[in-house]
Amino acid sequence: MQNKKLTTLACAAAFAALSGAANAQISGDTVKVGVLTDLSGTYSDLAGAGAVLATQMAIDDFMAEAKPAFKVEMVSADHQNKADIASNKAREWFEREGVDVATELVTTSTALAVMKIAKEMNRVALMSGPASTPITNEQCNDVTVHYTYDTYALANGTARAVTKQGGDTWYFLTADYAFGQALERDSSAVVTANGGKVLGSVRHPFPASDFSSFLLQAQASGAKIIGLANAGADTTNAIKQAAEFGITPKQALAGLLMFISDVHSLGLKNTQGMYLTTGFYWDLNDDTRAWSKRFFEKQNRMPTMVQAGQYSSVLHYLRAVQAIGSDDSAKVMTQMKKTPINDFFAKDGQIREDGRMVHDMYLVQVKKPEESKYPWDYYHVRQVIPAAEAFQPLSESRCPLIKN
Amino acid sequence: MNNNSMFARATPYLFGALFVIGLIAPFAVYPTFLMKILCFGLFACAFNLLLGFAGLLSFGHAAFLGTAGYVCGMLVRDVGVTPEIGIIGGTVVAGLLGWVFGVLAIRRTGIYFAMITLALSQMVYFLVLQVKATGGEDGLQGVPRGNLFGIIDLSNNISMYYLVFAVFCIGFFIIYRTINSPFGEILKAIRENEPRAISLGYDVAKFKLLAFIISASLAGMAGATKTLVFQLASLTDVHWHMSGEVVLMTLLGGLGTVLGPLIGAATVVSLQTQLADSVGSWVTVIMGVIFVLCVLLFRRGIVGELQALIQRAGIR
Amino acid sequence: MSHRGAASGAPVREFHMEIFGVPSALLGSQLLVGLINGSFYAILSLGLAIIFGLLNIINFAHGAQYMMGAFVAWIALTKFGINYWVSLLLAPIVVGALGVVIERTMLRRLYKLDHLYGLLLTFGLALIFEGIFRDQYGISGQSYEVPELLQGGVNLGFMFLPIYRAWIVVAALTVCFGTWFMIEKTKLGSYLRAGTENPQMVQALGINVPLLITFTYGYGVALAAFAGVLAAPVYQVNPLMGSNLIIVVFAVVVIGGMGSIMGSIVTGLGLGLIEGLTRVFYPEGSAVVVFIIMVIVLLVRPAGLFGKT
Repeated sequence: MQNKKLTTLACAAAFAALSGAANAQISGDTVKVGVLTDLSGTYSDLAGAGAVLATQMAIDDFMAEAKPAFKVEMVSADHQNKADIASNKAREWFEREGVDVATELVTTSTALAVMKIAKEMNRVALMSGPASTPITNEQCNDVTVHYTYDTYALANGTARAVTKQGGDTWYFLTADYAFGQALERDSSAVVTANGGKVLGSVRHPFPASDFSSFLLQAQASGAKIIGLANAGADTTNAIKQAAEFGITPKQALAGLLMFISDVHSLGLKNTQGMYLTTGFYWDLNDDTRAWSKRFFEKQNRMPTMVQAGQYSSVLHYLRAVQAIGSDDSAKVMTQMKKTPINDFFAKDGQIREDGRMVHDMYLVQVKKPEESKYPWDYYHVRQVIPAAEAFQPLSESRCPLIKN
Repeated sequence: MNNNSMFARATPYLFGALFVIGLIAPFAVYPTFLMKILCFGLFACAFNLLLGFAGLLSFGHAAFLGTAGYVCGMLVRDVGVTPEIGIIGGTVVAGLLGWVFGVLAIRRTGIYFAMITLALSQMVYFLVLQVKATGGEDGLQGVPRGNLFGIIDLSNNISMYYLVFAVFCIGFFIIYRTINSPFGEILKAIRENEPRAISLGYDVAKFKLLAFIISASLAGMAGATKTLVFQLASLTDVHWHMSGEVVLMTLLGGLGTVLGPLIGAATVVSLQTQLADSVGSWVTVIMGVIFVLCVLLFRRGIVGELQALIQRAGIR
Repeated sequence: MSHRGAASGAPVREFHMEIFGVPSALLGSQLLVGLINGSFYAILSLGLAIIFGLLNIINFAHGAQYMMGAFVAWIALTKFGINYWVSLLLAPIVVGALGVVIERTMLRRLYKLDHLYGLLLTFGLALIFEGIFRDQYGISGQSYEVPELLQGGVNLGFMFLPIYRAWIVVAALTVCFGTWFMIEKTKLGSYLRAGTENPQMVQALGINVPLLITFTYGYGVALAAFAGVLAAPVYQVNPLMGSNLIIVVFAVVVIGGMGSIMGSIVTGLGLGLIEGLTRVFYPEGSAVVVFIIMVIVLLVRPAGLFGKT
């Protein structure tokens, strides 16, 4: 036991020495990808095992296409949505196991914790799951890529579309923590900018199971739109209970962060007509369908945008390592930023200086049950939001790396 | 009696050996892992002072661990004090909180005491969740380890380890002295027979309260140190699951034994680390099973059972 | 009915009176919601109080057993097509039977020890149950449809009351008062009360006390499962649905004092109403108001409102 630990330690030291050499080299001739995700909690359906599968698919596809001289390994762990567990695991991976890149990281708190450690230890963090804008603003650093979506893009898509279509008075139902508040703040700005009015908001504890009283407050406000600035089980519960209290369809709900997995678990009957913004939908074109079909065969669910983004981000990272023949973080980051991303997930995707990957987003509306022709046929794509408009412009960035 | 004195004679050697192991351990084992064990070990020892020696089951000790962690983190990160001041600050606040909890909870005994502490700690949880300065769900992140006394750089894992080891030893010494003082004897008397202690003229409430405050302070000391090690304080530390975990550590290691809680903490932390990757969500189930087995079959815990074993061998 | 029409999204409003600056409609509807929550508190704290009365332990697994009630109903519906009404009876029987097994095989061994061991054992059990369901069904929650008979709602003028919510109040109160009646007014109840006061004496009178204890635990657990089935259509069926609720119920129990059956029912309902009020005037405080009341009660009346000192 003790011996084994010593060996591990020696290995770690060797890794450290090698990467210290920092020439065009790959430490240990192995690129190690760590998937740190929620395997058991609220977000396990939208990230979780599906994200691990997506990573494995990316690695397999990369090995087949590039036939690299180095090995690629994957490790995965459950962070249970807790910053402390994520931070400990990432530290251990970087210090002891020679992991080169930590990926996925759903839940803002885990993402913020890991990106700090990645910076400290000079490794890369690829974030597909988390939502909050501080990742590429106040907290930004040069080893992090925020890949799939963020609260700004969601607010910008959903809140703008809904406001423009006449939903011009809003009341927010907000999960009372940083993520919910960021989502409310970003959405309120969009509503006001498009000529709408925010009548108020109510903060609910996280997590909450009974939303009836909060919904009644939203009802009493008389707003046309009740914006749900929460996620996961909170959102699905709020939607169910709004229907129960006869709030919908008199007032409409806008789910500001919803995934196809939420629509799937609530059913079309409860979600029909809702607008939502997504970075990916499996049924967009032949490429997305082909990839999603492969995913579905293994997972028995269609991929969420997080899982699809996870595949794309890992593949992009591995291609960058292959291109420069090094896993040195700074060099890989430079290569990743300079290469546009073109795959089934993104067309001409670009990683900006602040770490934000910008790509087209989609405004979709959930189909009525009778419009759904086959399993997982859930969305009408109402609008493609071009990359340039979808995300927060660099000129508004609060990231210290950006010199405005 | 005979056996007790045998233990008493062996104790200094045992402690000496453990101390030496503690000194060389970071060169053989991953230091962060060791620091985690020491922090939880101190937390469990502090908890054991209350349950094992005063017979009070607090189901809210996470509140002290967590609050001190947050206070220490805020002091070091936002005020910019040196780490040792952060730890002291966290400890003091935890002690004050312990005083408040204690005053309320010792009005009732037994199961009510447990439920009151649980409810109070849940209230602390909600406050931490809602107060802006704590970072809510994101936790208090990016706490710098800083320089001890303004001189020693703690970003090095080995120097950090020795600070944690020193904190543990101080805390452990305080607990050990408390148990073996007249005060500790009175606590044990209260545990065994409260009415008799009252009739002997002891102000039982005062003793209980004092024990509660000491225990809370030391739990806070562990929490503050833990924040420095991991550079963050999070809601996990104030959640009631954490209160349950420390009960498990103490119970598994040996209730009312001096070293039991440390052994229990080491076992639980190792299990969690080892199991997290292989069995995923079954960790909770396994913890639950250990809990049930401890209560049904090994109420003396690892150290307690060992002591009993040695005792039996000695008699023979 | 207001005729501003659906397009403007105007809520249902009849009364435009205001009390302390709060529209009376909002106040009324929040109090009603509070009453519904209070029904859950009442039925759960009643179960805890019954178990505590005879076994002298706090059943920490109560929340997990409530969750299991909901899951049994959900599994029965999705796997076997068993409808809500059957589940309302079936789930308490299944989960109650599991409770009987737990009492016979585990809790029984602990009666001679400090009562705290009962608390610790049931805590461990709660972890096991939650872990198993978490592993099997994930955490994002399963939907359970409101039974057809109870779908829709009535417009009360000041609010739209879903029929199912009204049913929760009716069903919970019926079961609560039925239980109260059984304990206070029947022969079985008199054995139970006597067993609480003096088990040796009751045993000497030829009543099988161990059986009585087993039955009591099973019944208390069945109450929790019943509440779980009631909750299933309103909340998502979720492995952790009980663990957040149970802590609040503990505080309710401390406030009420567990001394009387009626006391635990009244306290549960009352705290539900107070929580509803808090949500009108200071929503952020709704999560802690029960705990604050607990602190005040402890300072003024340590034994609880209905407790015997």
